[in-house]
Amino acid sequence: MQRSSYIGLGLLMAVLLVLPWVVPNSYYMDLAIRIGINAIIVIGLNLLIGFAGQISLGHAGFLGIGAYASAVLPTHFGWHPLLAMAAGAAATAVIAAVVARPIFKLKGNYLAMATLGLGIIINIVLRNEAQWTGGPDGMPVPAMALFGFELSTDRHWYWVVAAMLTFSVWASLNMIDSPFGRALRALHGSEVAAQVVGVNIVRYKVTIFVMSAVFASIMGSVTAHYMAFVTPNFADFFHSVELVTMVVVGGMASVFGSIIGAVLLTALPQALATFEGWETVVFGAVLMLCMIFLPKGLVPTLAAKFGKGE
Amino acid sequence: MALLEVKDLSIHFGGVKAVQNVSFNIDAGIVYAVIGPNGAGKTTLFNLITGVYKPTTGEIRLDGEPIQGKSPNELAERGVARTFQNLQICMNMSAIENVMVGAHLRLDRNLFKAALRWPSLRAHDRELRQEAAELMAFVGLGAYTNARADTMSYGVLKRLEIARALAMKPRMIFLDEPAAGLNPKETIEVDQLVRKVADSGVTVVLVEHDMKMVMNLSDRILVLDYGKKLAEGTGAEVRKNPDVIAAYLGAHG
Repeated sequence: MQRSSYIGLGLLMAVLLVLPWVVPNSYYMDLAIRIGINAIIVIGLNLLIGFAGQISLGHAGFLGIGAYASAVLPTHFGWHPLLAMAAGAAATAVIAAVVARPIFKLKGNYLAMATLGLGIIINIVLRNEAQWTGGPDGMPVPAMALFGFELSTDRHWYWVVAAMLTFSVWASLNMIDSPFGRALRALHGSEVAAQVVGVNIVRYKVTIFVMSAVFASIMGSVTAHYMAFVTPNFADFFHSVELVTMVVVGGMASVFGSIIGAVLLTALPQALATFEGWETVVFGAVLMLCMIFLPKGLVPTLAAKFGKGE
Repeated sequence: MALLEVKDLSIHFGGVKAVQNVSFNIDAGIVYAVIGPNGAGKTTLFNLITGVYKPTTGEIRLDGEPIQGKSPNELAERGVARTFQNLQICMNMSAIENVMVGAHLRLDRNLFKAALRWPSLRAHDRELRQEAAELMAFVGLGAYTNARADTMSYGVLKRLEIARALAMKPRMIFLDEPAAGLNPKETIEVDQLVRKVADSGVTVVLVEHDMKMVMNLSDRILVLDYGKKLAEGTGAEVRKNPDVIAAYLGAHG
């Protein structure tokens, strides 16, 4: 990790510590929690897209698996929420690995198509298996209890998400600056160069894809417990696109960019609500301007401008 | 026994026979050059031996073990390193990180230890950074240890590729036109660098158009033309070979 990364991490922790005391009301508290959850998913997705150079258009599907594991297993089978969360993550890992292995043996970017299909299939299953999932109406989720302590208020969830976000940032920065992370970035920069120095590119692509899918699944579980309700919209294709947009706007291959992307794309639709019906248009315009003037994404462009690489 | 044995090696791309029935042996510790006019199949031969292409027919043995059809990363595990004619530098990484990734197989690649900042892994990484800086100095890039790869010039990047290959601690290194596109001063530097690499005990296989450099450095030379072996021998032998003269200068009468 470089010095600028430590500064960024310190800044993030400071903001996270101060935030609960300055937010004016529970509406903003809720927004902060949802931003935090999205930020963690986007960091995981950015490891895949920005660092390894592979794209997933079905990440909301993995989020859906986690969310519904946390809803269905405790409700219908009486599982402990933590166990249900782990089961969701494990199922996601298996599905992601089974889908990714044959795809990565092909040359070219077929992962986008495969994940697109996978996400849609997961969404359809969640809508149709109504006796388990409540169908399109969704279903309630039992509360999460940790060591006999029930997570019920926004404040509880805020600290849980803040701790998870801090850990995700720290772990991702460590990973990027390690033999594993260098191999990952190398196969993005030049696949053939990575191969001739001994990188098994299929294994690395599968590993990072599975890892980023598991990030999404766990955060799907967290979202489910926090909202106390799940709907198939969690796994909607447009949600997948939204997550990819957060990566691109915040900045590819930038951990802090992922956070900024999550902040902007989660908060902006709320802030634009005053435009009454035109908010989608304004939202689209903001994204277009971002891409025209900041093609590398917000954080990398600004970092280059002020001479401080991440 | 030779370190590398190539027997009846061929590859066909559709109707194009890029390499046809080429056989040769390379002994350990020598500098071996592959020369020939443009399109003779030199780079294709490199791609076959280093696993980038799979041969249509033929056999390649490294230390007696058949290696044809193995993937580049499997060959890397057996100590085969290479550089590229058209640069393959990771522009999304810093210069020193490009060298560090060369040591991939010697490192602990565990993902969880990496994420948790495992002390032994960090310690190895610090040593590696030092080692990579020394390698950069060895290839004459001591001034670039803090540079980003995408800010460096072509001639400098060519040597960065050599440093990355050396970071593998290879037994054999394949250099595909290390002096191409370099000015005369840089060419002399690369010439000396290849000599230093060979002296350090690494078997060097070289594709190069700069004849002065080839004659200067090589213990043996393989001449290819239209995918076929035209001649093989020491510099003096090859220079006298009438087929070689005809291929390079055109046959007269």
